[in-house]
Amino acid sequence: MLTLGHYLIASGLLFSVGFIGVLLRRNVIIIFMCLELMLSAANLSLVAFSRYNQTAGLPDYNGDVLVFFIITVAAAEVAVGLAIIVALFRSRQITDVTAMNSMKN
Amino acid sequence: MMEQLPWLILLLPLVSAATILFVARRVPNISALLSTGSALVTFVMSILFLGFGDDAVVPAYPWLWLGGTLEKGLVLEIGLQIDQLSRGMMFVVTTVGFLVHVFSLGYMRTDDGKARYFAGLSLFMFSMTGIVLANNFAMMFVFWELVGLSSYLLIGHWFQKDSAADAAKKAFITNRVGDFGFLIGILLVWAISQTVNFDRMETFFAGNPEVGSGLLAFAVICVFCGAVGKSAQLPLHVWLPDAMEGPTPVSALIHAATMVAAGVYMLARVAFLVEASELAAHVIAWVGGITALVAALMALQQDDIKRVLAYSTLSQLGYMVMAVGLLAAEAAMFHLFTHAFFKALLFLGSGSVIYACHHEQDIWKMGGLRKKMPLTFITFSIATLSLMALPWVTAGFYSKEAILAAAWHESAPLFVIAGFTAMLTAFYMTRLVLVTFFGKARTEHAAHAKESPPVMTLPLILLAIPSVIAGLPFFYERVQATAPEHHGEGSMLVLAASVITLIAGAGISFWLYKGASEDPLRIKLLARKFYIDEIYQGIIRVFQDGVATLLSIFDRYIIDGLIAQLPAYATASIGSILRRLQVGNLQGYAFLFALGVILLIWITLFNT
Repeated sequence: MLTLGHYLIASGLLFSVGFIGVLLRRNVIIIFMCLELMLSAANLSLVAFSRYNQTAGLPDYNGDVLVFFIITVAAAEVAVGLAIIVALFRSRQITDVTAMNSMKN
Repeated sequence: MMEQLPWLILLLPLVSAATILFVARRVPNISALLSTGSALVTFVMSILFLGFGDDAVVPAYPWLWLGGTLEKGLVLEIGLQIDQLSRGMMFVVTTVGFLVHVFSLGYMRTDDGKARYFAGLSLFMFSMTGIVLANNFAMMFVFWELVGLSSYLLIGHWFQKDSAADAAKKAFITNRVGDFGFLIGILLVWAISQTVNFDRMETFFAGNPEVGSGLLAFAVICVFCGAVGKSAQLPLHVWLPDAMEGPTPVSALIHAATMVAAGVYMLARVAFLVEASELAAHVIAWVGGITALVAALMALQQDDIKRVLAYSTLSQLGYMVMAVGLLAAEAAMFHLFTHAFFKALLFLGSGSVIYACHHEQDIWKMGGLRKKMPLTFITFSIATLSLMALPWVTAGFYSKEAILAAAWHESAPLFVIAGFTAMLTAFYMTRLVLVTFFGKARTEHAAHAKESPPVMTLPLILLAIPSVIAGLPFFYERVQATAPEHHGEGSMLVLAASVITLIAGAGISFWLYKGASEDPLRIKLLARKFYIDEIYQGIIRVFQDGVATLLSIFDRYIIDGLIAQLPAYATASIGSILRRLQVGNLQGYAFLFALGVILLIWITLFNT
């Protein structure tokens, strides 16, 4: 029997994997993908809350609606983010975030 | 019409000063005549004054109602007091004032600032009249300050000279010290009696003899401070000798005959206050006595003709103040009256000498002027004899004897001081006349000196007359009505004392200075005036340096350090710590961001 706790642990692990990826990886594409992973983790926990928080036999649809919003925003973010990454690569030929320091000093 | 006459005598000089200042400044000769004319008119009017009865009522105008009624409250009036005291004083002021105006026509004939000079004289006449005629303390104080101002302007007439500008400043600032006390004294007297009007004050103190408390003594001593400043008593005497930097007629009018006597006049005006407080009377008498003695000692070794006369003025003012303190105000006024004439004559005579010697003031560079300037010599000698109090034939004898008699009756030590001072007076005046007028001419200028023009010698002759007869009852009583009563007992002794001191002083001086071409006496302590100026300078320097050091520490460490530099340093150091967070690394920021989120979650969950 799967409980809410199992889903939340899975969501937490997914989030941690995404966050550690953002912190440790150098490649900007990978970091971007890890960000998406974190969003997915949030979606997972929202859906789980919705499913396990029933009133009168019906799930709490607020959580599900929020998930749709997040997916939409994430899609838009991916479009903008990838466009920036492509533009950056075309002008500088780099994907390494530690090399993106031309505004320093 | 007759009621309004006193207002005219007060305002005419003001009109003259204003006209010169605003209209006639570019025409010096007209300015001079205008000023002299106004002096002549006031002189005539003050003679008319003498005929006024004591019941002459002059309407007073309320100026400021600061609460209360006339009898009890602070009401400042502009009002004139016409009584024996003010009439006599007006006579002195306008007589000497008019003659000094005439003398100035000659003395200042070629001066560049002639119009300014005469405007100053008129302003002075206005202010002095205000002091004399004021019927309350507040009005008197206003004119008291105006007199200080005109004195400042006239001392600094030759402001191009540093010494004159400095002397003017010194006079003004020194007077300010005394006036500070004077104002406090006026307020205290008002606090006690609830009025500043002299008549009502006198009624109050006559009706409440019990108020002679410590506060009253303090109040009277504070009022006396004003006289100490204006009449140049110790320890505020330092400005008067320096004031001789002004033109000589100014010295005669302001710094010998009238303004410096204002302090004595003021004390005589409030003699009932002095009588009400025994302690204050003692202080006043001793300050006067000590001033008389110390100033006479200083006069012994001065070489500048005007400075000798200045210290002699100090000494004579000391006599008058002492007489007020001995509760013999009428004797003080008597001496003021005679002294004004012969001292003005001495100053104008010295002015004549200085003019003839091309503005040379050192008596050791004169000599032998007796034959060249006979009129000046004769009138100067008459005034000298009057100052030395030659018995029976001079005015100074009668007034000085009145003071000596008062001292004899009240206080033996002061009598000794006064007698010794009389001897010193005879000594230094004999020295002055011998060195200046006798012997051989010691410089070219003195050898070619000529008698001054008639416009200058005429005032000398006119002043010589009252210098002789002002002490005689028929003259004095017409002006001052009550001559000081003669104390029968001991008067022979007083007379003997004054004759002996005169002969001793003049004799020793004659023996020492006959034919001398340089000073046989050299007493540095006296020539340097007991180093009082130096001591004051030292005190001021120490005090000023102390304050300056304190302020500098405050400025450097409190203002600069604590207020200006500390916040700047704090901002800079906090900034240098926070700067380390700006690593410039994307992932670094993400890490810090995560830390912040964790911190917030932790706070929300566990620190409710």
